[in-house]
Amino acid sequence: MLSKVAKFDEMDGVDGVTRVPYEKLAKWLTSVEPEFLASRRAQAELLFRRIGITFAVYGSQEATERLIPFDILPRIIARAEWAQLEKGLIQRVKALNLFLADLYGPGEILKAGVVPSELVYRNPAFRPEMAGRRVPHDIFVHIAGIDIIRTDDDGFYVLEDNARTPSGVSYMLENREVMMRLLPDLFGLHRVAPIENYPDQLLATLRSAAPRGAGADPVSVLLTPGQYNSAFYEHSFLADKLGIELVEGRDLFVKDDVVFMRTTEGPRRVDVIYRRLDDDFLDPLAFRPDSALGVAGLMGAYHAGNVTLANAVGTGVADDKAIYTYMPEVIRFYLGEEPLLKNVPTWRCREKEALRYVLDHLGELVVKEVNGSGGYGMLVGPHATKAQIAEFAAKLADNPTNFIAQPTLALSTCPVSVASGVAPRHVDLRPFVLYGPNGASVVPGGLTRVAMTENSLVVNSSQGGGTKDTWIIDDAPLARA
Amino acid sequence: MLSRTADNLFWLARYMERADFLARILQASRRLATLPRAYGGVETEWESALLSSGAAPAFHAAGLTVDEANVTQFLAFSPDNPSSIRNCIELARVNARAVRTALTVEMWEAINGAFLELKAFEQASRSAEEVTRFLDFVKQVSAAYDGGAHRTMLRNDAYWFSRVGLYLERADNTARLLDVKYHVLLPETEAVGGSLDYFQWTAILRAVSAHTAYHWVYRDSLKPWLVADLLILRPEMPRSLIACYESVVQNLDRLGKSHGKQGPAQRHARTVFGQLEHATIENVFHNGLHDFIQSFIADNQRLGALVSEQYLF
Repeated sequence: MLSKVAKFDEMDGVDGVTRVPYEKLAKWLTSVEPEFLASRRAQAELLFRRIGITFAVYGSQEATERLIPFDILPRIIARAEWAQLEKGLIQRVKALNLFLADLYGPGEILKAGVVPSELVYRNPAFRPEMAGRRVPHDIFVHIAGIDIIRTDDDGFYVLEDNARTPSGVSYMLENREVMMRLLPDLFGLHRVAPIENYPDQLLATLRSAAPRGAGADPVSVLLTPGQYNSAFYEHSFLADKLGIELVEGRDLFVKDDVVFMRTTEGPRRVDVIYRRLDDDFLDPLAFRPDSALGVAGLMGAYHAGNVTLANAVGTGVADDKAIYTYMPEVIRFYLGEEPLLKNVPTWRCREKEALRYVLDHLGELVVKEVNGSGGYGMLVGPHATKAQIAEFAAKLADNPTNFIAQPTLALSTCPVSVASGVAPRHVDLRPFVLYGPNGASVVPGGLTRVAMTENSLVVNSSQGGGTKDTWIIDDAPLARA
Repeated sequence: MLSRTADNLFWLARYMERADFLARILQASRRLATLPRAYGGVETEWESALLSSGAAPAFHAAGLTVDEANVTQFLAFSPDNPSSIRNCIELARVNARAVRTALTVEMWEAINGAFLELKAFEQASRSAEEVTRFLDFVKQVSAAYDGGAHRTMLRNDAYWFSRVGLYLERADNTARLLDVKYHVLLPETEAVGGSLDYFQWTAILRAVSAHTAYHWVYRDSLKPWLVADLLILRPEMPRSLIACYESVVQNLDRLGKSHGKQGPAQRHARTVFGQLEHATIENVFHNGLHDFIQSFIADNQRLGALVSEQYLF
């Protein structure tokens, strides 16, 4: 049902009839000269370089700081479509939080046999250090990035949950600023839901997540691995927008289970750490002893309830690709509701029959490592050579538990401004969900990622993908009758 | 604020100031090097550029011949000279990137823009014209950064730390320039106006943009002791040692006030400032210009160490 459907373009639909949300954009596109778009593309590139919005690419010598390609045409979603998506996202993140509190607590879902316990306990992202521990307000995932795709007019699929340290929100915010400068006329034709309050909401979420013992004015910091990290730009951007200190591990220390930062006025107590550092590196005493990026004793302070980590330690077990396949059951189990967002049908290679099917159909499937990320270590069957498929089959047969497979989806396309004119390119969407003791919110839009190469399905920035501004617009009915 | 951030801001300001000073030294040297011998043009000009910049040991260690092309390359573009202009700009940007949140957009754009343009300059030829353009560019960048800081930064510890860095570096630069040239500033017996060193004095003044200022302050023809007076003791001259220390003291005091305590750094800075305030140029020459400058450079370094100890733990 997913793999063999006609190609769906978010502007042109399946039949070439412009979809309602795109009517104004389509008309506008016929009115502008190609040179105009070309000059705006050049201007966009200049702006991004000036502002310094770059990301580092691991292992690439000559270009350690690269720009993420930016497409100047907005991706448009009607408010009614968005409302549906938003509800589904909040439901999902709520379930993820209950799931994590349960996994590190009583383990009801495992006892009930809904999720196999070996998938949890033998998962490398499961943190035994967290077993039996409660975290402030029982919230594990404060910031989630849920990757969404669509394949047709009526609905969204969740491709992947990101419950560790999802990135990309700075691009979402900067894309909007750049768009407003580049194409004010196109903006003027639409009513676009603003996203500029995201930093305020994030700060409010962080503050509300402070340990109960913290004072009325809790101190939050953003913990970065440092300027050689690929997302460092985002870390500094967010810290600046939030008005909180951007700290590295060496700026913090722990004394008597309390976290302090080193300031010019002496030590200052820290209550909430928005950490953009993986679990493994957080505390050399608890995790990797060779980590120079973390803070010795941090886990002690965390267990003592003196500091909030956002996100909590050990959330990776819930966004694992193998656990992902159980998310519909997880939602039903905790919320007693039907999932509002669909999962992409997935074969769990740990199951014998599924494995047999996958091995027989490698040429049509996308196979992913359950712990991989950034588009590394995956096989895109239809685009692979025979030799690559054979090599992958051996890896798969060797350790099937490590893999899942999905049909190659007819990912929707959006119009993109390229050298030869306007052409469709595949896209996905990463909306950002904030979750605190006072409730959940989703910033209207998110980061649209684009596979800039024709027919490519890989949207990851580390693999040459680009981004687009995402507009949630008013005045458009859901779909034409 | 974070100690690491303060440290980065302190050094960021120093690197930008140093890049500016190096550009000025190179410009002054190029001018001197075109003079005929009869006007004081001497072969040692490029050696003294190296000395003023503090890069002489590294240059000689690299086994290079002292000439215009080599010294320009070494001071302006060499990746191997830790304090070449290009390295100053690069280090400034590394520091800026690490403390991006403490900089305003104007400051960041000045540094980041300079870093991007630097690449083009590095690939360009080393023709005299290109070098001239480059040195002007460096001065502009430094001015844009400094102006950006002055106009847009909040007046809080971030600002004060970067100002302390700036003025410490500037004082060090002026002092080193004097130290290398002190021999031409010694009062001599030759007839006034007939000195071979005349163009050396103007070169010193030009290096600190004080050629015109001299005449406004003294309304007199160039006298070496007045050149020294201008660069050491005149508070209205922005690169003089006393003007730099006035600013150092002021910014350290604001830091002390906002932190609610004064420390060894404040006390030491006030002592140095007091010495400058009570000095006269006659005394300075009487006790030896060279010794005076040497002890100032040591005092200035000591202040840098005290600031680190007190704030950047």
